[in-house]
Amino acid sequence: MSTAYQAMPLWVLLSSLLAAAIIFALGEGHPRLRIGINLAAALLKLVLVGVMLLGVRAGHEFIVRLPLVPGIELILHADALSMLFISLSAILWLATTIYAIAYLEDSPNRARFFGFFSLCVAATMGIATAGNLFTFFVFYEMLTLATWPLVVHRGTSKAMQAGRSYLCYTLGGSAVLLLGIVLLHSLAGPQEFVAGGTLADYAGSNPQALAVIFALLITGMGVKAALAPVHGWLPTAMVAPAPVSALLHAVAVVKAGAFGIVRVVYDVFGIELTQSLGFAEMLAVVASITIIYGSLRAIWQTDLKRRLAYSTVSQVSYIVLGVALANPLASIGGLVHLVHQGLMKITLFFCAGCYAETHGIHAIDELDGIGRRMPWTTAMFTLGALGMIGLPPLAGFVSKWYLGLGAVAGGQLWVVGVLLLSTLLNAIYFLPILHRAWFKPPPEADDGLAEAPMGLLGPTLFAGLAALAVGLFAGFDWSPLAWVELLVEREYSP
Amino acid sequence: MTEALPVLLVFVPFLAGLGQFVLGRAAPWCQQFVSGLNLILVLLLSSAVVHGDPVIADLGGWGEPLAIHLQADGLAALMLLLTAVLAVAVSLYAIPAFRDEPRPAWRFWTLWPLLLASLNALFLSRDLFNLYVTLELVTLGAIPLVLLAGPNKTVDAALRYLLFALLGSLVYLAGVALIYAQAGTLDLALLPAALPEGTLSGPLAAALIITGVLIKGAILPFHIWLPAAHGNAPAAVSAILSALVVKAAIYLLLRLWTGPLEPLVSNDAGQLLGALGATAILFGSWQAFRQSRLKLVVAYSTVAQLGYMLLFFPMAVTAAWQGAVYHGLAHGIAKAALFLAAGNILYYLGQDRLEALRGIDRPLAVSLLAFGLAGVSIMGLPPSGGFTAKWLLLSASLQTGQWWWTTVLIAGGLLAAGYIFRVLRLAFLQADDATAPHHGPVPGPLMAWTATALALLALALGLISAPLLDLLGEMPGGTS
Repeated sequence: MSTAYQAMPLWVLLSSLLAAAIIFALGEGHPRLRIGINLAAALLKLVLVGVMLLGVRAGHEFIVRLPLVPGIELILHADALSMLFISLSAILWLATTIYAIAYLEDSPNRARFFGFFSLCVAATMGIATAGNLFTFFVFYEMLTLATWPLVVHRGTSKAMQAGRSYLCYTLGGSAVLLLGIVLLHSLAGPQEFVAGGTLADYAGSNPQALAVIFALLITGMGVKAALAPVHGWLPTAMVAPAPVSALLHAVAVVKAGAFGIVRVVYDVFGIELTQSLGFAEMLAVVASITIIYGSLRAIWQTDLKRRLAYSTVSQVSYIVLGVALANPLASIGGLVHLVHQGLMKITLFFCAGCYAETHGIHAIDELDGIGRRMPWTTAMFTLGALGMIGLPPLAGFVSKWYLGLGAVAGGQLWVVGVLLLSTLLNAIYFLPILHRAWFKPPPEADDGLAEAPMGLLGPTLFAGLAALAVGLFAGFDWSPLAWVELLVEREYSP
Repeated sequence: MTEALPVLLVFVPFLAGLGQFVLGRAAPWCQQFVSGLNLILVLLLSSAVVHGDPVIADLGGWGEPLAIHLQADGLAALMLLLTAVLAVAVSLYAIPAFRDEPRPAWRFWTLWPLLLASLNALFLSRDLFNLYVTLELVTLGAIPLVLLAGPNKTVDAALRYLLFALLGSLVYLAGVALIYAQAGTLDLALLPAALPEGTLSGPLAAALIITGVLIKGAILPFHIWLPAAHGNAPAAVSAILSALVVKAAIYLLLRLWTGPLEPLVSNDAGQLLGALGATAILFGSWQAFRQSRLKLVVAYSTVAQLGYMLLFFPMAVTAAWQGAVYHGLAHGIAKAALFLAAGNILYYLGQDRLEALRGIDRPLAVSLLAFGLAGVSIMGLPPSGGFTAKWLLLSASLQTGQWWWTTVLIAGGLLAAGYIFRVLRLAFLQADDATAPHHGPVPGPLMAWTATALALLALALGLISAPLLDLLGEMPGGTS
């Protein structure tokens, strides 16, 4: 294997980093050129990710090392878990870029927006391929900083408040995370991500230190993953434009937190150690509380995007729950939800953006009869919502099915109760929206069929159908589920 | 050949400043050439240092113990490198910044090379008396530069600066005199052996020297002269003062602490200095957060950031040594970028009150980008030189079991995020009316991109620390 081929993670990272640099350098002056470069970079990344996907499946090793601080290396290493996250982000980046171009047409500061957006995606690539906690932290922080200008993009005082809340939570979280990483480093020296973890030797000698480190790492990442009680920034951040919500909820930010937790449990501590020290149980409880709490809060939201945001709080914890249950079946359910939740939630946010852009609809009670005016958008919304509830054979069902199987297999029946209750709550907060949209009469000022413009509708259709496909074709060879099964097999058979 | 380099580093900028004075009018491109030459000389010197022993130049050829040495080791080379890089950047920035004002321009282009020569001489000096003289020269070069912004604005600030600086020198000189009375030599290499043990005057001398340096370095509680002086000087001057001049004093402290003062100082003294540093970090950041003028925010940030370097003293292990010095470099570059960016904003708005910043992100996008990127390093977030330094200091604090510095380091980073984002937030707020009132033109590309280049360099320091820390080497006299 040539070095250039081995360095694929670096090229994938650079494809969006350079795009960001060029977009910033171009400034506001050349919109067509900027859009061209942005789309070309997104397509290029898809190709690169495709090549890497084939490579990882064939067992090729992709790794880049760069010495950074004495004794510490920046490592980019693509394994099966990385590819799960990278593929999702790369595909959704393209969709979101197209959507955002249409969404932000004629609004100011577009170069700034797309520049930081590309930067966020670059950071996500780094997070996904980080080969040790240090590298992970570098890109995790880059993501925090690059997201802030997007959250405050509108420049209103409300946006600024959301930005402040976002920073307070995430920078506080990073401080905690950094502390955990430094402590781990001083305890055990530099540690790379290795399936099964590397800390088993310290369990006997220093379990208290490990407990502190675990708590710090999970809290630090839990902020981005919006685990209760540190989820508060996410609903506030919904004032940002719809493509930013897509970024926060599906492409990058909350996923980065959940992904980090997966890494810590699988590749730093290892499943066995996490379980034997009793951390897994605690994590499962926290995740379950978040699942129920997020759903309960969602019920009382009257703003569509706010309700979707609380839904994310709840749904992302499925990933954490799957990991915390610490058996292969539940792990499959949790990890595949990383992709499934991403696709369904981006569909829902795209739809919310279509409603807002086309008819200025933000509140749920304005959605009466919208199905007749925007049938395609509402159809996609329906697909996403039913998927979230977990209706078979949609994607959400596949996740919940495996989570449930895992809970039963692990003898943790209370988790099945949590899943059922959550499903019920999901139905309570999604079905009334669908009822309004399809069955209630439209308001009197109805002006007939008025679909969203193609630039918005196209990506929405794409995301919605993708969410449908990953559920329908879950049994096929290249589905996310098949990939996750491969991955979990590798994780559990050291 | 390499022996000539230290001598050239002192005399080339010195003669350039002198020539500028005689010429009687500004010749900025000439001085730009000199700062480029200075950078080349420093690079040559660094490559000589990294490949072997320190480079020593013996002035006058008198031999021990009368000799006047100029000596460059890893620490000196790094400081010279920082100075040289900033000299090039600040000179580039100053060309357009002073273009329309012939008298201040002439003064600037005269004083700045002289200051550069004094800084170079300070970093190369190897005895307590020469260090005193060069530190004085640095101060005397810096104070008139503060006055360039116009005497009615800055005369109070400059006077206060002068008084503190003189007080610092006096205290320092008293310490040096005490040392000389006992040891009969002032050469840093000969001193440790020459000092008699167990006398009271040894520690007293050390205390005086340290106090003198702390006053010059604007370490809390002697910081009160700094914000006014740095906040009111022209941007190019503020950058030099904050990035280099106060740092020269802290450099001296690092140099002396690990050299001649080592047998005289106790662990408690180290903890005391660390406590001063920690207080400076917390208090300075808090004050920066409360300011209503942009340049004062940046100036108080300097008060805070200098505190990080003092955290070396209680820990005194190699990781802390590397962390403190690297922090000096990273802060130097990032702070210069912040001041130049703030200068651009001031240049455009005609004032730097924070509420006037609303909606300047359109006309000043590049300068604001520089401010934000430099802010990343100041906050100590990765990837940046500030983060690398913070990581090293954090590792040192855990390695030595002094966890209380860990909390200070983390809290300092969060507070820094507070004052940096407070500025960015205002700039991102949409102005109510489309065209906010402004006073001057949009700063030209040279002014905007110099700041951005420095900010990018501050980030790059996070990726290229390995060769720089190699050049620095182990802590002198250290055990670990």
